[in-house]
Amino acid sequence: MTLLAADHSTVPVDSDKSRAEKLRADQLGVGIGERWFCRGLEQSFEAGQVWGVLGANGTGKTTLLHTLAGLRQPQQGQVWIDGQSLSQLDSRTRARQIGVLLQEAAPAFPATVREVVLQGRYPHLSPWQWESAEDFERVEEALQQVGLAELGERDQQLLSGGERQRLKIASLLVQQPRLWLLDEPTNHLDLQHQIGLLQQLCDGVRQRQELLVMSLHDLNLAARFCDFLILMHQDGSVAAGPAERLLTEPELSRLYGHPIRRIIDQGRAIFIPL
Amino acid sequence: MNIPLRVKLFGLLLLALGLASFLLSLGVGSFSIPLQALGSLLLEQGVSIERSVVMDLRLPRALSAMVVGGQLALAGCLMQALLRNPLADPYVLGVSGGASVAALISILLGLGGFWVSGSALLGALLNMLLVFGLVQRSGRWSSGRLLLTGIVIASGWGAMVSFLLAVSDGAELKGMLFWLMGDFSNSGYPGWHSLWLGLGLLCSMAAARPLNILVRGELQARALGVNPRPLQISLYLLTSLLTASAVTQAGSIGFLGLVVPHLVRIVIGSDHRWLLPCSVVTGAVLLLLADTLARTLIAPQQLPVGVITALLGVPLFLILLNRDNRDSH
Repeated sequence: MTLLAADHSTVPVDSDKSRAEKLRADQLGVGIGERWFCRGLEQSFEAGQVWGVLGANGTGKTTLLHTLAGLRQPQQGQVWIDGQSLSQLDSRTRARQIGVLLQEAAPAFPATVREVVLQGRYPHLSPWQWESAEDFERVEEALQQVGLAELGERDQQLLSGGERQRLKIASLLVQQPRLWLLDEPTNHLDLQHQIGLLQQLCDGVRQRQELLVMSLHDLNLAARFCDFLILMHQDGSVAAGPAERLLTEPELSRLYGHPIRRIIDQGRAIFIPL
Repeated sequence: MNIPLRVKLFGLLLLALGLASFLLSLGVGSFSIPLQALGSLLLEQGVSIERSVVMDLRLPRALSAMVVGGQLALAGCLMQALLRNPLADPYVLGVSGGASVAALISILLGLGGFWVSGSALLGALLNMLLVFGLVQRSGRWSSGRLLLTGIVIASGWGAMVSFLLAVSDGAELKGMLFWLMGDFSNSGYPGWHSLWLGLGLLCSMAAARPLNILVRGELQARALGVNPRPLQISLYLLTSLLTASAVTQAGSIGFLGLVVPHLVRIVIGSDHRWLLPCSVVTGAVLLLLADTLARTLIAPQQLPVGVITALLGVPLFLILLNRDNRDSH
């Protein structure tokens, strides 16, 4: 866990060392009602990194992601993005920087897959502007990428859970954020899409020196894709650091309150609940 | 800006249908005026019975029906989007109930025409203040809570209406029933009410694209850079004004605000940039047709237009509902 000194909480630093910093949790306290999920979280997230957030149900993974995304006010402290306080950004500017994948919300009205994906362009267009041919091209590209190209004219209400998840990812792709905050991106996805889409997203983020933070349930996906992890324990304590240091049997067994075995197969760590 | 083909076709259809029903509504009635004569009546000066029937009775009534139809359809669209509930209609939060109660009280007090409309408008606004105040005070704003509070308040108004009708004497009863069942038989030119419609459409068009995103849920809207609260509050206010204005002109007319948005969505899709204006025109044309039917169907007796919209709305809505079911299986 990178514990930074107190002088960090004053102003954004612009020394060479922190230039690659995209996002910083600054004495961050996150909770709902009386319950704290984490307090005094001090963590810097740098360009080109992929982070995983792990924890049992109800330990505040979603709430933490929403706070980092600026969708929730932190109870304590604040979030800095590129040296700017997140709470100072207006919502459209924020949406051009930060893309969030939210958990399922069932659509209330019919709309075609293409229309929904196109809405991802919203923060890039001025209020009376209509989408350009370029925007439509982006939509087609994104549909290709998530394997929904055939279903462009399908009503979103008729999609399966996995297709709907890929639809949301496509919408996020056309939003072109530089910070990707994904709440359980692999929900409803079958195996090949879990691996394929995460691989694409992580490769893109590393290549373009962006930042990706995602909550995951699958330890093996976390081990495969994440460079760094945030472990949210049931007692409200949080551990953050390089994945290889945190993916140990005792740490994970404590995290889930269930014994977990770590096996090495062909040089790759595999985790099995006992 | 590319106008999708189905919007173009639908627009043309509406225009033709609108023109035809407008001429029909001016021409038919207890004495009919042929199409050729209509043109000269409208354009030329002079005094004749035909002219005064058209200019003083049928034209204002037709215009009123169109304005109210447009207002209800627009309010219905907005209400459905704001509450993220396809079953919402302009009256769902109790606006018409508040207006009716206020109007009935002023009738019982023996006040005249202007005061009745004025208090109806006040009653509608009071209702919105009440509903929003209650939701705000609970500290947990959500569209579900708003909907529940609105429905409860609306049924409260319903009880008060029944009470007022029970204690009133026979002479006032007919005028009072007007507020329960939409009717255009006393309407004059829509006047400033049409201004509400125009302004309402303009404002909601400005909000059309954020509205597209808002229907995906508040959190998703914020994630895409929409600031939901000011948008919701101003659109709720706009919806209440539109509904209040419609109620003051014609009482409460059921089903139009519920059915029209569904109908239009099936034809042209859910993009509010097209849905809103197309719904306004569809609502205007449909209510004009319904009102023409209402005053000619069993002439010389006139039916309240609310009867016609309900008679048409119920089967139409059931068909739409069945269609949805078929699609999803």
